[in-house]
Amino acid sequence: MTATTKATITTTTTTTATGELLRVSGLRKVYGSSGGATEAVRDLTFATRTGEAVCIVGPSGAGKTTLLRCIAGLLPPTSGEVVLEDRPVAGPPEGMAVVFQDYARSLFPWLTVAQNVELPLREKRVAKGERRRLVAESLEAVGLADVPGSYPWQLSGGMQQRVAIARAVAYEPHILLMDEPFAAVDAQTRADLEDLVRSLWTRLGITLLFVTHDIDEAIYLGQRVLVLSSRPTVILEDVAVDLPDERDQLTTRNDPRFQELRTRVYELVQRAKRGHRPASEVTLS
Amino acid sequence: MTSLTAPAAAPGAARETACEAEPPAARLARYGRRLAVLLGLPAVLAAVWWIVSERAENFFFPPLSDILSAFGPTWFDGRIAADLLPSLGRLAAGYLLAVALGVALGVLIGTWPSLRAFAEPVLEFFRAIPPPVMVPILMLFLGIDTLMKVVVIVSGAVWPVLLNTVEGVRGIDRPLRDTARVYRLRPLTRLRTVVLRGASPQIVTGARQALSIAIVLMVISEMFAANNGLGFSIVQFQRGFALPEMWTGIILLGLVGLALSLIFRAVEATVLAWYRGQRRAQRGGNR
Repeated sequence: MTATTKATITTTTTTTATGELLRVSGLRKVYGSSGGATEAVRDLTFATRTGEAVCIVGPSGAGKTTLLRCIAGLLPPTSGEVVLEDRPVAGPPEGMAVVFQDYARSLFPWLTVAQNVELPLREKRVAKGERRRLVAESLEAVGLADVPGSYPWQLSGGMQQRVAIARAVAYEPHILLMDEPFAAVDAQTRADLEDLVRSLWTRLGITLLFVTHDIDEAIYLGQRVLVLSSRPTVILEDVAVDLPDERDQLTTRNDPRFQELRTRVYELVQRAKRGHRPASEVTLS
Repeated sequence: MTSLTAPAAAPGAARETACEAEPPAARLARYGRRLAVLLGLPAVLAAVWWIVSERAENFFFPPLSDILSAFGPTWFDGRIAADLLPSLGRLAAGYLLAVALGVALGVLIGTWPSLRAFAEPVLEFFRAIPPPVMVPILMLFLGIDTLMKVVVIVSGAVWPVLLNTVEGVRGIDRPLRDTARVYRLRPLTRLRTVVLRGASPQIVTGARQALSIAIVLMVISEMFAANNGLGFSIVQFQRGFALPEMWTGIILLGLVGLALSLIFRAVEATVLAWYRGQRRAQRGGNR
């Protein structure tokens, strides 16, 4: 199965000379009117290279979801901009798929599993035969080849989230955004799904932007971990994860380097919770 | 090569209550019980009516036996085609127009909050007017033809559909809307696959209320002014003191309502199969 799927689900990505796929510059988001305005995100700037796996962690309420919704084009930023593949994002862009935290509510309950996966492909005007192949392959890749005719509500939570992942993968995105996708599944399922995401990322060569509040998960999945401050949000630190690319739940998590990174990110998040701001901002103000 | 191990295969998804193999005799008994439950009360009521009315000497409440023996001659000698079918035609036209109009306007108003704020006071005003009041007024403008009756039916039946559709459209979950946007579903697909399906439980609720209103208005509009139809016939029999015949018209009206509600239920079971399944799954606990 692997050999054929590997050959057939491929993603072509247009890259700039620098290999930069996504650039977020000076992103700021203020909710509400001038009277009771809340500054959710103050100033976020970062870029991801094509094919990179970037995880974003931060204390709860740090504006992680706001950031992700701005990148996905679901929410217009107050100032600053998001550029994907050299085009400014003004609405949901082409070549982007999103897996939401609320899996049960992001699948269409009146469509079967296969129809849910197929719908975005229809809209992309993918030919029928090709569509059928993509649906079958992506469902197989997430281990749901046997339930295409079921409805989402007939499946367990972990299986529903797999359907959402299959839908994203079948879409053949250049960048995959995941917003705390495993926050609502049990620990065992969570480990399985982490491995699934990691293997899909390795195989498809897509760029992954993964928002989570779980530090271990961020280090396990990412090549880089962006640690956010508390509100109003800025980037506290960009931590490179220098672990080997082959990862698995036991050896990677027991790796002394993993422990060091974990400690480091943990301390950063603790500091963020206490309201610590990055040095650059302190000198500015 | 990276190997992709498929996670433990999902268990069979069919969670419908699987009927065990059942001996034919037991199945027959089960159907018998269901039929008894279904027809039990109507049979008892008919029997009581029969026995009580048999001894009654009141001219206005003739014995049920008289009514039933008048049923055939009254209706099967041409009145089905002359009166029942025109009534049903007007009902169908008015009802379907009301549903189409209600859904179309409801989707528009439910989609744009500013339009809703703008239209709501007017909607509430018109909804509060009892539709039969409109019959004499509409007669002035539209005459007493079929058009007037269809307009009367629409003017009463459109409101529950409209207001329920607005609620249904507004109630569509945000993650679903976000998903539709992220995957760049086209407007027509969004309308058909997201908005109409998402609002369908409320649309059906509104359509069910509209059906009974439409039947009432069909009869009332025919009672005011008509030269054929069910309501017209009932009024004619009453004025001519043909009491058993009048009662057959009322019984026929009840049967028509019953048949329509059975058809409605069958349609609903198909359209909302997913909704019932989802509700069952949610009540069964989180899986």
